[in-house]
Amino acid sequence: MSTTEKVGESVATYVDQRVGSNRFLGRSLKKVFPDHWSFMLGEIALYSFIIVLLTGVFLTLFYKPSMVEVVYDGSYVPLKGVMMSEAYASTLDISFDVRGGLLIRQMHHWAALLFIAAMSVHMFRVFFTGAFRKPREFNWVIGISLITLGLGAGFSGYSLPDDLLSGTGLQIARGIVQAIPIVGTWGAFLLFDGEFPGTEFISRLYGVHILLIPGLILALVTVHLMMVWTQKHTQFPGPGRTNDNVVGYPLMPIYMAKAGGFFFVVFGVTALIGGLVSINPIWIFGPYTPDQVGAGSQPDWYIGWLDGALRIFPNIETVLFGYTISWNIFIPSVIVPGIVFTVAALYPFLEAWVTGDKRDHNLLNRPRNAPTRTGIGVMAITFYFLLFIGGGNDIIAITFDLSINAIIWFLRIAVIVLPPIAFLVTRRICIGLQRRDREKMLHGYESGRILRLPHGEFIEVHEPLSLKERAVLESAIESYRAPLPAPEKVDANGVANKHYRRDMIRYKLSRWFYADDIVPPTRQEIEAGQAHVSHDAALEAPLHEYDEDETVMVPFHGGVLHTAGEPATNREQLEERGGNL
Amino acid sequence: MKGLVARRRNPIVASMLLLAALLGVGGVYAVATTAAPAEAVATSDQTAIDEGKRLYLEGCSSCHGLNAQGTSNGPTLIGVGAAAVHFQVSTGRMPMAAPAAQAPEKPTDYTEEEVSQMAAYIASLGPGPAIPTAEQLDYSDADIAEGGVLFRINCAQCHQAAGGGGALTNGKYAPSLMEATPQEIYEAMLTGPQNMPVFGDGTLTVEDKQAIIAYVMDLQEAPSPGGLALGRLGPVSEGLFLWAGVMAAFVGIAVWIGIKAR
Ligand code: HEC
Ligand code: HEC
Ligand code: HEM
Repeated sequence: MSTTEKVGESVATYVDQRVGSNRFLGRSLKKVFPDHWSFMLGEIALYSFIIVLLTGVFLTLFYKPSMVEVVYDGSYVPLKGVMMSEAYASTLDISFDVRGGLLIRQMHHWAALLFIAAMSVHMFRVFFTGAFRKPREFNWVIGISLITLGLGAGFSGYSLPDDLLSGTGLQIARGIVQAIPIVGTWGAFLLFDGEFPGTEFISRLYGVHILLIPGLILALVTVHLMMVWTQKHTQFPGPGRTNDNVVGYPLMPIYMAKAGGFFFVVFGVTALIGGLVSINPIWIFGPYTPDQVGAGSQPDWYIGWLDGALRIFPNIETVLFGYTISWNIFIPSVIVPGIVFTVAALYPFLEAWVTGDKRDHNLLNRPRNAPTRTGIGVMAITFYFLLFIGGGNDIIAITFDLSINAIIWFLRIAVIVLPPIAFLVTRRICIGLQRRDREKMLHGYESGRILRLPHGEFIEVHEPLSLKERAVLESAIESYRAPLPAPEKVDANGVANKHYRRDMIRYKLSRWFYADDIVPPTRQEIEAGQAHVSHDAALEAPLHEYDEDETVMVPFHGGVLHTAGEPATNREQLEERGGNL
Repeated sequence: MKGLVARRRNPIVASMLLLAALLGVGGVYAVATTAAPAEAVATSDQTAIDEGKRLYLEGCSSCHGLNAQGTSNGPTLIGVGAAAVHFQVSTGRMPMAAPAAQAPEKPTDYTEEEVSQMAAYIASLGPGPAIPTAEQLDYSDADIAEGGVLFRINCAQCHQAAGGGGALTNGKYAPSLMEATPQEIYEAMLTGPQNMPVFGDGTLTVEDKQAIIAYVMDLQEAPSPGGLALGRLGPVSEGLFLWAGVMAAFVGIAVWIGIKAR
């Protein structure tokens, strides 16, 4: 038993003697977690959420969710004597008259931005490594729900101070509700209890912001983490790591120490920027009045892409039976995010259906070993980023001295053209990397040492891979999958396939998904290749002895220069066997 | 050089400089105020008008026409008033260097006196808003809070709530007000350059204008209570800071902790 295990044991015993929980805790505290920096991204989300909760409780002590008009009489001179809602006045008081209020307010807002940013990065880590695959699909869906709730939490919070910016945001939100055909107008009246802005909305929003959404997030985070716990964390391929084990550090004390330390780092940095960097200076924006709007009004970054979609969408409206349908609002603000979030939530199931992969996966993919998925991910990021730029088009125009109209037109085209290009380029890069990995597996890595042979030829000496590197590269074998076989119209017994059309679609998609993947070498080939590379004497072996027939495995020699047997893609192999594509 | 610096520290030299500065300001002020009402100028300061005409013919007539009647290159200046000339030329917008969506600001080559002379000339062609007097520009008693309200109602939709400026259509823009002087602000409101509407005294009274000036000056000078202001551009710069600064730092720290494990 190692020292760390002993510490874990003694902590468990200590707790057990008081709580009588040894059976559960004893095992839990010694539970092993795999280690990788990208596994800490989820932790950043967790910690920033905790900071948001703590600072938020402080803010509730002083914030007044009321739209009653008052005359400001606090210590911020440029607003003295101005009429404003109590909500805005109380936020000013928190900023200027409550001790430490501004620090906490700014920490709360920074931590909220960080929370969603960390969730997004964490989500992409999960996506690009394929951690969402069976058995973790539900946890992915919970994750998407969390990120959606996160957006809701952020937007509702941004709207509470009732300053000019938040009111502008709410007015847009109301416009979006109104744009929903048929029910829109009623929906907007229901939400705002009458005309905009009304007197009810802030207090309604308050309940949503401090109770409903945080409660849901808390519940879902709990389930999320419990599932990580019971399903065990995935791990990256490495020596001794298989689909059926977990290699890492025990929770107590190592993982606890690291995670605990990281919590304090996140907390410390958030406190620091909360104290040093201004965020949402509502006193400059002024109180909300429906007849005002400021230039450069922007939502927080996570809503930026939705605002961008709205800004760049062409102005299309139709009049049906005397009712106007505002496609220009409905499509970018309801349909587009609806599709984005639905596809995101369903992605694990879609991919599993297309690939026909029903295996459990506890070993992560290297992103290059799933070129199509990685391409889809980068395509999504590109799409998102372009819309995000659209959300700041006015700021970009004035900062870089460009015409806002030109930016809008650029984005309208780019948002359709660039994501597919990003997809293709990324997939190509992944396949290129696969190709290189294959070379390394078969021939070791290039040492950079050049050797001159007796007959004058120069060769570069290749060296065998380290054990770790081999384990990482060989994960390509585990990740590899051939496309699904073509469905038969009529099976061997002469029974017609009722699902032929569906199967055909799936077959084609599967081809698309896998066709260009490089077929990894077999373990025997790698073994032979590596043995050969390490075999020093091989350098003396006669060169050019290998079989020129490309379909036969080349006998290795000389540690170098194997051009025969170019790595084949699935597509090439199939074509060789006369399969059609 | 050293001696010069030492001598400048001398209290007598300091008071001499102060006196000279006061005289200079007073002189400019005298010229400016006499140039104000068009009719008054016409008789009392004919030399300034003549000099202004000469400068005008040299620098401006190619676009605005020999009699300021306007050409295809520039609008007529008859009736735009002395304030418009002073605003356009002292901020370097005029003479326009190259055709653009909007005449940009640049350092001007004209002295304050020459500007007033041209202003006097243009004012003599037809009545228009005069250059604001020192009295009009005195905002020391103005109500900042009232100015803030008026600014948000009248100006923020183009110049942004913090006066940071904003984009308009087709490459035009409302510039940042962070460098604007009280006189520029007053004249801009009086004359409504380019896409900016005119805020005549009927729309915003002299007190209103002074209040707005006081508010803009406060925006320029007031420290940022929340810390580093990030250009006061709002959520865009905050988001940038979050991703490029904070998130990047955390990922770096995560990687660092990850490495330490091995
Ligand atoms: C290269 C051509 C060009 C030159 C030279 C030029 N201007 Fe202009 N000026 C313009 C144009 C074009 C406009 C209209 C600007 C706009 O509204 O975008 C203008 C506008 C103005 C206005 C504002 C008119 C209004 O309606 O408020 C004034 C005042 C003015 N110019 C004064 C001058 C003076 C004084 C000079 C000489 C020092 C000068 N300009 C030189 C092209 C020129
Ligand atoms: C419709 C948009 C719009 C509104 C409203 C507006 N402005 Fe402007 N403003 C502009 C534009 C455009 C310019 C640039 C004109 C130019 O370059 O000739 C400008 C220029 C200015 C300038 C000159 C800045 C400089 O750097 O020289 C000042 C000062 C100014 N505005 C103040 C105000 C004030 C004060 C208000 C409110 C009473 C206001 N503006 C309202 C559009 C606007
Ligand atoms: C409230 C926000 C969230 C918190 C606090 C959170 C927290 C965590 C933590 C601490 C882990 C384990 C460590 C790690 O892999 O990073 C984890 C794993 C996981 N998270 Fe999240 N997460 C959140 C949001 C999301 C989102 C938005 C998604 C995706 C849509 C997601 C999907 C997953 C999945 C699939 C796992 C398992 C990963 C694996 O086992 O490799 N989570 N989460």
